[in-house]
Amino acid sequence: MTQPRVVIVGAGPAGIRAAEVLVHAGLGPVVIDEQPRAGGQIYRRPPPGFVRIPRALYGFDASRAQALHALFDGLLPRIDHRPDTLAWNVWAGAVHTLHDGTLRRQPFDALILAPGAMDLVVPFAGWTLPGVYTLGGAQVALKAQGCAVGRRVAFLGTGPLLTLVAHQYRKAGVEVVGLFETSDARRLRRGAWSLAADPVRLGRGIAYRARLAGRVPVRHGITPLAALGRDAVEGLRWRDSAGAEHEVACDAIAFGYGLKPETQLAELAGARFAFEPADGLWLPVADAAGRVAPRVYLAGDGAGILGARAAEHAGRRAALATLADLGLDDGAAVPPSPAAARRFRDGLRTAFPFPGHLAAGLADDVILCRCEAVTVGALRAAARETGAREINRVKALCRVGMGRCQGRVCGVAAAYVLAAACAMPVGAVGRLRAQAPVKPIPIGACRAP
Amino acid sequence: MLSSASRPATTTPKVPVSQFLRIAEHARPSIRLIVDGQAVTALAGDTVLTALLLAGRRVRAGEFGDGPRAGLCLMGACQDCWVALADGRRVRACTTPAEDGMELVTR
Ligand code: FES
Repeated sequence: MTQPRVVIVGAGPAGIRAAEVLVHAGLGPVVIDEQPRAGGQIYRRPPPGFVRIPRALYGFDASRAQALHALFDGLLPRIDHRPDTLAWNVWAGAVHTLHDGTLRRQPFDALILAPGAMDLVVPFAGWTLPGVYTLGGAQVALKAQGCAVGRRVAFLGTGPLLTLVAHQYRKAGVEVVGLFETSDARRLRRGAWSLAADPVRLGRGIAYRARLAGRVPVRHGITPLAALGRDAVEGLRWRDSAGAEHEVACDAIAFGYGLKPETQLAELAGARFAFEPADGLWLPVADAAGRVAPRVYLAGDGAGILGARAAEHAGRRAALATLADLGLDDGAAVPPSPAAARRFRDGLRTAFPFPGHLAAGLADDVILCRCEAVTVGALRAAARETGAREINRVKALCRVGMGRCQGRVCGVAAAYVLAAACAMPVGAVGRLRAQAPVKPIPIGACRAP
Repeated sequence: MLSSASRPATTTPKVPVSQFLRIAEHARPSIRLIVDGQAVTALAGDTVLTALLLAGRRVRAGEFGDGPRAGLCLMGACQDCWVALADGRRVRACTTPAEDGMELVTR
């Protein structure tokens, strides 16, 4: 009997653990990953020739990172690892990939998607200027390239990454000109009750924040106003909680408001979505094991942001469910997602709420969609002039979210702008639908394989 | 925090010439690239984006006259960093390794 073909997309914590379970069950899954080396974003491995020790790269998580890397390397002889490979479509029981200019169709009997997440952003005036980066991007520069995104960096937004990356920059000797947090002290305190579900992570966050507060300005309850500069960032303008405006000189701004799951492939594979009011986001509807469609499973931050440890659990769970559905399992119970991880997530939501109201309050001339340079005002005008109330309709009218990134970056903010413009709840304006290719593929690659 | 603006211009150049600052991993072989006709040095293992932003403060021009761009996410998600090679091909700068002899056009 031929073995069922299981395909895993993504080789971060979830994808690696899923591969491990499948290999132990005697299968040899295909593991498709866009990165050259397995590890995902959080445990990303620098290119060959880089020499910093894991402790310097991953801090407290160094042993976890190393364990996962070693685990994956040990699986390599038993799996079909395809690094540097983009999965750009899921269609008719196959994943469509692009590697080194060549298209390929990889049929599957079961598909485990572990695509991870990216920073959740809200545009602000001047955010297309060179020098504005996401918090995740600022961290990638440091870890994977040994570079700082600027000499004097302002950290802006909310969420655990804000404190963490600012701390990492300061430790690396980069000047941190300030930490500008949109959440306020009251919310942070309230969230801490649930965040205590993971006392170690909470403790680290508090320690980093305290260390920063002793050395750089840390402001809460702020409103970002603009990245200043003509051809590149020269400063940040912000408003304090009492309404006074300030400017700080800097040559880079690292910002973000939490993480947003990559959901495009799940959608193309047939997942349904539901609006999650606590996150202000549309998330794929999955059962406890990660099933989102027949023989399609979603695991890790790609399913909803629970973090790296929970992602490892979710990867295992999805693989066990896959085995069960393929009739291959030996009755091993699928472990539930750790309650502590969910409580911790609730704490994150309370402490670091997504400030969707910032999008609603943007001036008309702010660029909303970076790919197509569509302004906030253009979206509002499209809604006003046509009466359109649904985000995909508005996209067709003003091109918001129609560019190369497919609305990954601006889609959430666009929904908040539209909802505010029509005085509707944000969940009522819909969500930008994903289309293949989920990332650009060169026209030249469209020669059939 | 605006104190540097009041310092004499001779001690701190007001506008930095590069966006990125290399702070670790210096011990790698160097490679040479051509950026807008100028020779630029980088290190093996740098991405195209890193090489460009250690040499300047732009990756490309916005297509709608909206000024220079220099990427956003650095992880292959936002697609803000596609840059032209001299031969007309385009690469995503943040996920493409810089190679010796590469010719890039950011304007
Ligand atoms: S900077 Fe976002 S894709 Fe390169």
